[in-house]
Amino acid sequence: MYDKQKLESIKKKENEWQKNKYKKITKNHPERKESFENLSGIGIKNIYNPWDNKDLEFFKDIGFPGEYPFLRGIHATMHRGRLWTMRQFAGFGSAEETNKRYKYLLKHGETGLSVAFDYPTLYGYDSDHPLARGEFGKCGVAISSLKDMEILFDGIHVDEITTSMTINGPAAIIWAMYIANAENRGINRNLIGGTIQNDILKEYIAQKSFIFPPEPSMKLIVDTFEYGFKEIPRWNTISISGYHIREAGSTATQELAFTLGDGIEYVKAAKERGLEIDKFAPRLSFFFNAHNDFFEEIAKYRAARRIWAKEMKKLGAKKDRSLLMRFHTQTAGCALTAQQPEINIVRVTLQALSAILGGTQSLHTNSMDEALALPSEKAVRIALRTQQIIAEESGITNTIDPLGGSYYIEWLTDKMEEETYNYFDKVEKLGGVIPAIEKGFFQREIAESAYKYQKEIDTNKRKIVGVNDYITDDEISIPILKMDEKGEHRQINRLKKLRKERNNQKVEKHLHRLKKAAKGSENLMPYILDCIRSYATLGETCGLLREIYGEYEEPAIY
Amino acid sequence: MNKKIRILIAKPGLDGHDRGAKIVARSLRNAGMEVIYTGLHQTAEMIVETAIQEDVDVIGLSLLSGAHMTLFTDVTKLLKKKKIEDIIVLGGGIIPEQDIPKLKKEGISGVFGPGTRTEEIVEFINKNVKK
Repeated sequence: MYDKQKLESIKKKENEWQKNKYKKITKNHPERKESFENLSGIGIKNIYNPWDNKDLEFFKDIGFPGEYPFLRGIHATMHRGRLWTMRQFAGFGSAEETNKRYKYLLKHGETGLSVAFDYPTLYGYDSDHPLARGEFGKCGVAISSLKDMEILFDGIHVDEITTSMTINGPAAIIWAMYIANAENRGINRNLIGGTIQNDILKEYIAQKSFIFPPEPSMKLIVDTFEYGFKEIPRWNTISISGYHIREAGSTATQELAFTLGDGIEYVKAAKERGLEIDKFAPRLSFFFNAHNDFFEEIAKYRAARRIWAKEMKKLGAKKDRSLLMRFHTQTAGCALTAQQPEINIVRVTLQALSAILGGTQSLHTNSMDEALALPSEKAVRIALRTQQIIAEESGITNTIDPLGGSYYIEWLTDKMEEETYNYFDKVEKLGGVIPAIEKGFFQREIAESAYKYQKEIDTNKRKIVGVNDYITDDEISIPILKMDEKGEHRQINRLKKLRKERNNQKVEKHLHRLKKAAKGSENLMPYILDCIRSYATLGETCGLLREIYGEYEEPAIY
Repeated sequence: MNKKIRILIAKPGLDGHDRGAKIVARSLRNAGMEVIYTGLHQTAEMIVETAIQEDVDVIGLSLLSGAHMTLFTDVTKLLKKKKIEDIIVLGGGIIPEQDIPKLKKEGISGVFGPGTRTEEIVEFINKNVKK
């Protein structure tokens, strides 16, 4: 980007400045710390200059928004054209309670929905399954059948608003419930839009809500890809997620590398089935974490876009739309403190800023009370207001990629890209993503980083306000969300009634057909949809697949 | 020389959040204790059975999902039923303040929330295990 002579003179001047100025001053007035590094452990210099960007070529490496390599944003207009979707992840108790929460959020200006399911649902069990004990509606809403889905979206315009659903093992089944609900309401399939997370690789790696072993899981995922681009064109059939990898304790670089590695794995699996890359690739989406180190996070999102565009080209994508990394961001739950919960509002603001400066398409801001319990109405409203203040008042959306060209940001973006490719090589040597999972590679890498981070806090090497410094003795006084105690009873009665009153002959017939199909290689989506339309429950449908596919068991490594 | 303290770190129920459990397991091991980690998806019966077989002094339960009132106390109730009184049960995770006294009443001797230094847990165990 700079001519060689100029660069040399800048480098010369920097060397002088470091020696004659900086070193001299710090001799008598040392820096605050012995070394400065970011959360990924990358050493950070005192200053960055054009010399640090000497290998960058503007058109090849930076360019313009909406154009290859999409470093600066996937759309030409970015947040000047349209703000990101304000999408708060929410769900608790019964479908009735969560429906009320969605209406509350929409009333206060939320622009997209995001469903959190409880543990039994995530594992494909009905609410009255013995293993559901104690978990009903605890960290999400309980959905056991199409009946519950109808209640969840009652009075909500699913033809106008998009819905993201955090569901993985039973993603195809829950998606079928969403589609069937829209059908019953007479809504055209071309109008419904949203996302299913459907990312099983990161479940094995970090989040651990897996059901089936890798092979049938990947098969089901490719089924949804194919069904999606043919039948539900506005649906993102996967959200390839780094969020949970980060929450499990990875660094930003690991989050970036492992997530993109997973993404490439899905593309390869779909291509192996014979799907055309330019048909399914435009429906792949991503999900990242926004943690504490502000610039590192921004560099991460920028690097992610550039790497993805490059890799998709290598994989044979021809259309621009296939090269776009569209992503949702959630601020880091693991960065919230239970101590002085109100100060989490400030943390979340900074994290949200990094996501927006990094060009996110969609954002969830955590509520201040989430290190204690699920968010109360007031806490979630403040979290949403945080996004609205950034959008409407801060002025940071006035220009696209405002940090593009910052010597530091460009250097760091490049550095993170380089480290990502180092991880790609390591995984390749282990035989690919799934063999690396089976060998516990990612799990160990993450556990190592999580332990290191905790030790830094324990030894005060890393300060966390309110936890190991600036501590107060004040008692925590914050209202905690109370759930409807009758919710579980209501849900279980509804299930019993459903199982009695539905046309059980029809249910049996469709379950039988699904069973037969699941033993072969056909796309299962139409069969699953038929089961769901006849009000087969989640537990019945998923249980049947469990019988055929078996269950995954992970090695317990710590 | 004292016998090493033996501890079982367990993940009851369906919750897959194992970051805390793994960090605690590793910290206790580094503090010189014998640590057994159950892995995920354990029922109360499985946990108590392992605790007996491994002859542990302490059971550490970890849960983020919010099901602690049911799943932690399932373990202490089962211990009581089996008349096992020499195992200390600890709990950790996302646990609201108001639940802590109730858990203690049910036999969870120590509750450790987010922000706990791992040394605090080590100290607590060293102080409370009778050797």
